[in-house]
Amino acid sequence: MTTITDVGTPTPVTACPVPSPRARWTVRIIGISAAVGVALTVWLGLWVTPPDQTQGDLVRLVYIHPGVAWVALYLAFGLAAVASLLYLWPRTRSMFWDRLAAASVEVGVVFNICTLISGSIWGKPTWGVYWAWDARLTLTAILLVLFLGYMALRRVPADPEKRARRSAFVALFAAVDIPIDHFSVLWWKTLHQGATVLNPDLSPTIHGSMAWTLLISFVALTLAFVWMLLVRYRIGVIEDWLAANELDVALLERQSEGVAPAPDLGLERPPVPEGAR
Amino acid sequence: MWRDTVLVAGKDLRIEARSRVALSQVAPFGVVALVMFAFALGPDRATMAKGAAGLFWVAVLFCTVLAVQRSVSVESVDGARDGLRLSGLDPAGLFLGKAAAVAAQLVVLEVVLGVGVTVLYGARIEAPWLILASCVLGTIGLAATGTLYGALSAGLRVKETLLPFLLLPIAIPVLLAGTRIWQAALAGGVPADGTPWLRLLVVFDAVYLALGVVVYGPIQESA
Repeated sequence: MTTITDVGTPTPVTACPVPSPRARWTVRIIGISAAVGVALTVWLGLWVTPPDQTQGDLVRLVYIHPGVAWVALYLAFGLAAVASLLYLWPRTRSMFWDRLAAASVEVGVVFNICTLISGSIWGKPTWGVYWAWDARLTLTAILLVLFLGYMALRRVPADPEKRARRSAFVALFAAVDIPIDHFSVLWWKTLHQGATVLNPDLSPTIHGSMAWTLLISFVALTLAFVWMLLVRYRIGVIEDWLAANELDVALLERQSEGVAPAPDLGLERPPVPEGAR
Repeated sequence: MWRDTVLVAGKDLRIEARSRVALSQVAPFGVVALVMFAFALGPDRATMAKGAAGLFWVAVLFCTVLAVQRSVSVESVDGARDGLRLSGLDPAGLFLGKAAAVAAQLVVLEVVLGVGVTVLYGARIEAPWLILASCVLGTIGLAATGTLYGALSAGLRVKETLLPFLLLPIAIPVLLAGTRIWQAALAGGVPADGTPWLRLLVVFDAVYLALGVVVYGPIQESA
């Protein structure tokens, strides 16, 4: 039986930054509240609230569709635009804003797709078609392709600083395009009903339990967004750490193979430094 | 800045004059696209005349992608991009120069495609000034956005596939506005008022020209 004796000293690996216990608990609490809020919305929306006079049970989509649309179109993409701008501004430049923008876009794209799907499900019975080329629908679809482009750009392997800068510019150009798109598709065609909650005089046009459920759905979906954003941000930190330390971690694993006793047919993995998992 | 603009535009146009890539490849591609559209819409000339406005602009957009890719690729070898950055030219001038060169090529292309649309689809121009205005404004917008995204994608290995994906959605307002204006200007099309769309194009152009002048320098550093 041969043993490898000299495998060199293990390469030092900088530990992956770990969030404080307080931060972990905050994320957990937000996640639990989001889950409770969504469950509450489902219960209120499906069982407690009455069906609508004209739309019947279809109206229950109002507890999902406007909420996800608000998160995707205003919160997520708005946050991504602001974070990108703050990254580009030399005095506030930090990888924090870059990761925040990236996380926000990714979660926003998920909510954007949910908006389109729930809208299509609603559109078929009310308008008679899954997809109508109306102004708001079109704008939502344009936003989706704009930010899918952003995500595609981020996937291109590159130096993190350069990638951050490039992505921030793309987010900026896309954000500038949105108001112009808004007017062009508005003039192009329109069919969608006006805003229910955020109408100009800020007086919601629905009442009672329906209004409450709608409000709870907005809060729950916003919390869900925040939770997903925080988790995605953390994944971004780990990804960046791994990209920077990948080779060192691999070397360390390789080196420890020789040192560790290997009687178990090599089924057991050698110890990996804290945080590398 | 203006001197640099003229220098850079002159450089790119001289390269084009000697290589004839836009004239011998991009313009024929545009014509091929028009023929393909005709096959897709069937031999009915009325349908084709109705779609002429939109098809013209879609063809222009596709050709813009090619023209921008060419504009980037002339500087991708022999460290030409680093050379340009070292030359001390004003980044704003560099941006305007590259955009002007792309715009000049697009104008020639639009003339070819415009003739193609009238001949192949039987579209009749009723308001030439609207056609002219939309082409000038649309070209400026496409050249500005194209040059910006071209610079952003310059250093990437996947730029050929990424550029159209990034550029075409951004250019949607130009497509919508151009199409509506042309519909207003062509006989037998959808009746539409062109003036709000012309204003929209002016805003689009102003926004992206201003952005380009300000951020082209930092963009170059990220390539």
